[in-house]
Amino acid sequence: MSERMVEIALTVNGEPVSERVDARKTLVDFLREDLSLTGSHVGCEHGVCGACTVRVDGLVVRGCLMLVAQCDGARVETIEGVSDAGEIADLQAAFTQRNALQCGFCTPGMLLTAQELLLRGGAPSREVIREHLSGNYCRCTGYHAIVDAVESVAKARAGDGQ
Amino acid sequence: MKPAPFAYAKARSLEETVALLGEHGDGAKLLAGGQSLIATLNMRLSAPSLLIDINGLRDLAGISQRDGMVQIGALTRHAEVERSEVAAKHAPLIAQAMPHIGHPAIRNRGTFGGSVAFADPAAELPACVLALGGELDITGAKGKRSVKADAFFKGLFETALGPQDVLTAIRVPAATAHSRFGFAELARRHGDYALVGLAASARADGKGLADVRLAYFGVDSTALRARKAEAALAAGSLDKAVEALDGDLDPPDDLQGSSKLKKHLAGVLLRRVAAQLSEARS
Amino acid sequence: MKIVDDAPSGLSALDRPNSYIGRAVPRPNLARLTQGRGQYVSDVVLPRMAHVAFARSPHAHARIVKIDTAAAKKSPGVIAVVTGAELAKVITPWVGVLSHLKGIKSAPQNAIAVDTACWQGEAVCAVVARTRAEAEDAVELVQIDYQELPPVTDPETALDAGTPVIHAALGDNLTFERKLDVGEVDKALAAADAVVETTFVFGRHTGVTNEPRAVVADWNPGDQRLTVYHGTQAPHMTQNLFAKHLGLEEHQVRVLTKDVGGSFGIKVHIYADEMATVALSKLLKRPVKFVADRIESFVTDIHARDHRVKAKIAVTKDGTITAFEIDDLTGIGPYSVYPRTSGIEANQIVNLVGGPYTCPNYRGHARVVFQNKNVMCQYRAVGHPIATAVTEGLVELAAAKIGMDPLEIRRRNLFADNAYPAQSAAGLKFEALSHHASLDKLVTMMNYDALRAEQKALRERGVHRGIGFASFIEVTNPSAAFYGVGGARITSQDGATVKLDAQGAIIVHSGVTEQGQGADAVIAQCVASAFGVAIDKVRVITGDTDNTPYGGGTWASRAAGIGGEAAWQAGKALRQNVLAVAGSILQAKPEDLDIRNGVVVDKGTVTERLDLAELARIAYFRPDTLPPGFQPELMATRHYVPRGWPFAFTNGIQASYLEVDTDTGFVTLLKHWCVEDCGTIINPQLVDEQVRGGVVQGIGAALFEHCRYDERGQMLNGNMADYLVPMACEMPDIEVGHMVSPTADSELGAKGAGEAGTAGAPGSVMNAINDALRPLGAIPLCEMPFTPDRILHALMPGFRNS
Repeated sequence: MSERMVEIALTVNGEPVSERVDARKTLVDFLREDLSLTGSHVGCEHGVCGACTVRVDGLVVRGCLMLVAQCDGARVETIEGVSDAGEIADLQAAFTQRNALQCGFCTPGMLLTAQELLLRGGAPSREVIREHLSGNYCRCTGYHAIVDAVESVAKARAGDGQ
Repeated sequence: MKPAPFAYAKARSLEETVALLGEHGDGAKLLAGGQSLIATLNMRLSAPSLLIDINGLRDLAGISQRDGMVQIGALTRHAEVERSEVAAKHAPLIAQAMPHIGHPAIRNRGTFGGSVAFADPAAELPACVLALGGELDITGAKGKRSVKADAFFKGLFETALGPQDVLTAIRVPAATAHSRFGFAELARRHGDYALVGLAASARADGKGLADVRLAYFGVDSTALRARKAEAALAAGSLDKAVEALDGDLDPPDDLQGSSKLKKHLAGVLLRRVAAQLSEARS
Repeated sequence: MKIVDDAPSGLSALDRPNSYIGRAVPRPNLARLTQGRGQYVSDVVLPRMAHVAFARSPHAHARIVKIDTAAAKKSPGVIAVVTGAELAKVITPWVGVLSHLKGIKSAPQNAIAVDTACWQGEAVCAVVARTRAEAEDAVELVQIDYQELPPVTDPETALDAGTPVIHAALGDNLTFERKLDVGEVDKALAAADAVVETTFVFGRHTGVTNEPRAVVADWNPGDQRLTVYHGTQAPHMTQNLFAKHLGLEEHQVRVLTKDVGGSFGIKVHIYADEMATVALSKLLKRPVKFVADRIESFVTDIHARDHRVKAKIAVTKDGTITAFEIDDLTGIGPYSVYPRTSGIEANQIVNLVGGPYTCPNYRGHARVVFQNKNVMCQYRAVGHPIATAVTEGLVELAAAKIGMDPLEIRRRNLFADNAYPAQSAAGLKFEALSHHASLDKLVTMMNYDALRAEQKALRERGVHRGIGFASFIEVTNPSAAFYGVGGARITSQDGATVKLDAQGAIIVHSGVTEQGQGADAVIAQCVASAFGVAIDKVRVITGDTDNTPYGGGTWASRAAGIGGEAAWQAGKALRQNVLAVAGSILQAKPEDLDIRNGVVVDKGTVTERLDLAELARIAYFRPDTLPPGFQPELMATRHYVPRGWPFAFTNGIQASYLEVDTDTGFVTLLKHWCVEDCGTIINPQLVDEQVRGGVVQGIGAALFEHCRYDERGQMLNGNMADYLVPMACEMPDIEVGHMVSPTADSELGAKGAGEAGTAGAPGSVMNAINDALRPLGAIPLCEMPFTPDRILHALMPGFRNS
């Protein structure tokens, strides 16, 4: 029962995927290399930068700190799927409006992590927003515009009674 | 980097897990949250031949309160403990520590038991368990046993867990009206491992404190209790307790800070935590 | 020169409809980036592509005695195992020197080390395999015998007689030395009422771009062409270097940059492992991909800013600065980096110290020495953060010594706003700056008096806050003076080609490149404004040496000022061409026509005459209907190079407001301000965001970032847990304001803005910490990063030693 190659079946962005994978392959490498979903990025491979952030069974996780073998039966969502579903359209628009991204490498991870905070509802303070995003490294923006964007979306969503 | 090759097995039961550990000895490692393990594998700091995935053992997850104890299943995710009303009400010291552990994505996968079993000397939870005088439930080749927290943390990344043992649950005394808790951590950036941290518990005894337990983290190869300082604090003198730390703590110089810095900060944290301990619980 | 406050007054063309100059227009690339549909070089996959991993020296200095590749070659998935000696048959070594840095010397560097490894992390053998994982497996099987050599790891003793010389043929470990002596420094020091003397130390640190360095090289033997997907800032530069060292003609090499996950100067240099990857593709006749992982990035990406600066300032009691003096020592790697050299940073420091001030007496001395550590070279703001911190640190220490307010001393010594053109003691030529107006604006923005009152009130309660400033100048829009004059094939000109497509949209090909700063957007704004269409009708193509004019790429804050001007001129030229066609269609005089919002109109009455889509249709598909002999021309190309000034200097001033926990030595950043004068602002939002990002990088240097080496040349903290980059929780909000002093060297008048934030942030944070601690009798802090350890030692001397 212990194998170097593992059979897995999971869904990725709603699509069923069945593959035989190398046990050592991380989730983010599988998504990028086997499924060509390159929207999730690899920045450090030790769980610190957050560029690999994806959703597994509805929760944000580090794609570099999960083996794809662990995802048998899991529901995986990447930035491509979440974006195409329209779930974060207001957040993407706010990021665009405020130039809360420059090179874009941290952005998918940043958006998914921010969305997890926003789904809790309410109007989090700038301090709470910074704390929630404290595990997502951005080298370009200095974070100020990102906090502005998330804050504005939180207020808008709360205002709409969502 | 990419990990060196290994085999993978998804454990279907605790018994199977123990058996697999016995079969493969040092070559096998348990995969729970993976937030520390997979990082070390990615850096090729470790090259096990087999990973035993225990995430399917759902019986090992969950947090409950019963008979004056809070029981936290080893596989309970940090995020679950963070949101838990049981923890907030009955294990407030742990609830206070949770937001300091890594970041949301880490807490969604990392497990309480994983943190305790890995026993990083700068981690929060081993110190909390030590501060609460908790007990660790273990299943191994010879069956079940419990180890008190004071006897669990032995050395750098070394605990009472043997090569064929699985940590199944952590039990801590539930808070009472007389319980006092304090927690403070200094880290250069939010979510980093602590530069120095202190988890503390005590029992209000008239105007003073009894059963003082001061568990420091980030100052040695394990979380450790500052027993001379505990005694001084219980005797009623904060200043003497801070002085006593000199005899309790001998931190090494490391990349985070010098020994002198850590000792100094340990004293600062003691003052801050002592103030928390003297406040009645609301 | 007229200095305009914030809203630039119209050059005639700027007031036209479709003028996007001065407007915050969202960037066109953002949609794909927020959808996760960016295309980074690390995403590129080609048929038959193989991956390379490198065996890297674990020693800082060692002779490579033997390399046994037999076991590695048999490892699953391995295609080739190649040593430095074998690869040297395919690619020639290089030397990082330029002739305008007099006396600079360095040794030849190979793509993969041959004979000797000179820093921990240097590539010693390459493994090419089907997958990166398999390549790494095989790297572990390469058996390398090393003979360790004594490493040179202390810059202070690098030139001592007893210290080993890293490259025997060079004679000593001195890379470069620069001396400057202007005016009468000694006389001024002797006559001063107060002299402050101190030593500033800056920690070596590095860029940590979010996307690591990535290259995919594809040698096609059929076409005899090399295509390189390279996340570089300067594709024409790397095109030249790949061709040169592989024995090809430049036209046989195509470099494409794609989306780049951050650069900041890290990706403007040439790296041995990237050259090796390109050579391996040629050797193996198939695509080879190299993506540096984070661990190898820390020991191979250029480091920067490892400087020890002894410094003096002389002042009279009325606050006049009468002398600056510095002695700078920097320890680089074992090689001067190619092709820009590792002498530039020190050279800049000598040039820039004292720059904002009129003080005529200045002595600067810099020595650059080799070390057995990772290589060092230009990183965002090159030299400015150090020169600014030294200058501004001295200025505030001097102010404290004579009991003068730190803003007052600046007011007495900064170049007057009407002093221009002017020249600094070091010989820097200033066209038009706004030091005083910027300072006044900053004071208003931060409500300085209120902050001082707040600081005073809180001190009484034992809370210690500090306010620190840094005035600065910043080099932008470099002419050939920076590199070209030294013999480097690094161009200072740039070009743009614009085309009206068959539907009336505009396609722009530009020689500058995009790594997130918004170069693509700025180019589009310039063209749309100059030509006369809505910005969503403009498409910009950059980062492809086959399909853009020969250009310099993006570095030294040149994209807007130089690339933008070329695009502006090309847009104007195309408008003339299109109006000529319109005139021939409408039987009107082109000079009576204009283009607005994609429509040809009568200039006077603004009556719409002809849609551009219709004009294009006629010109492309029905030229038979045009007047006899008329040849429509719907493309235009213009180039631009700064000719009037060696550099377009910008200026600004920053302030940091922070609180120091004197029990723990921890610093909390409360707020940061920057007033920046970068001339005409093309996109204010992009400029502000560049400043903010730059400020945070500078804060990283001041408080967190440090590449730590032990005496054996081992990097101790080369991972993201131990090397501390700024994260969201510890960073303040950053407010940005502007003054506008355009340059007359171009029609747009835009200078650069990408590096200013980094130039001033470390100095202002340092000054704020010292402002907070001074009343407590603390020793002034001058050694970065300002860790809790160092802050407590400043408060309690002997803290570390007792």
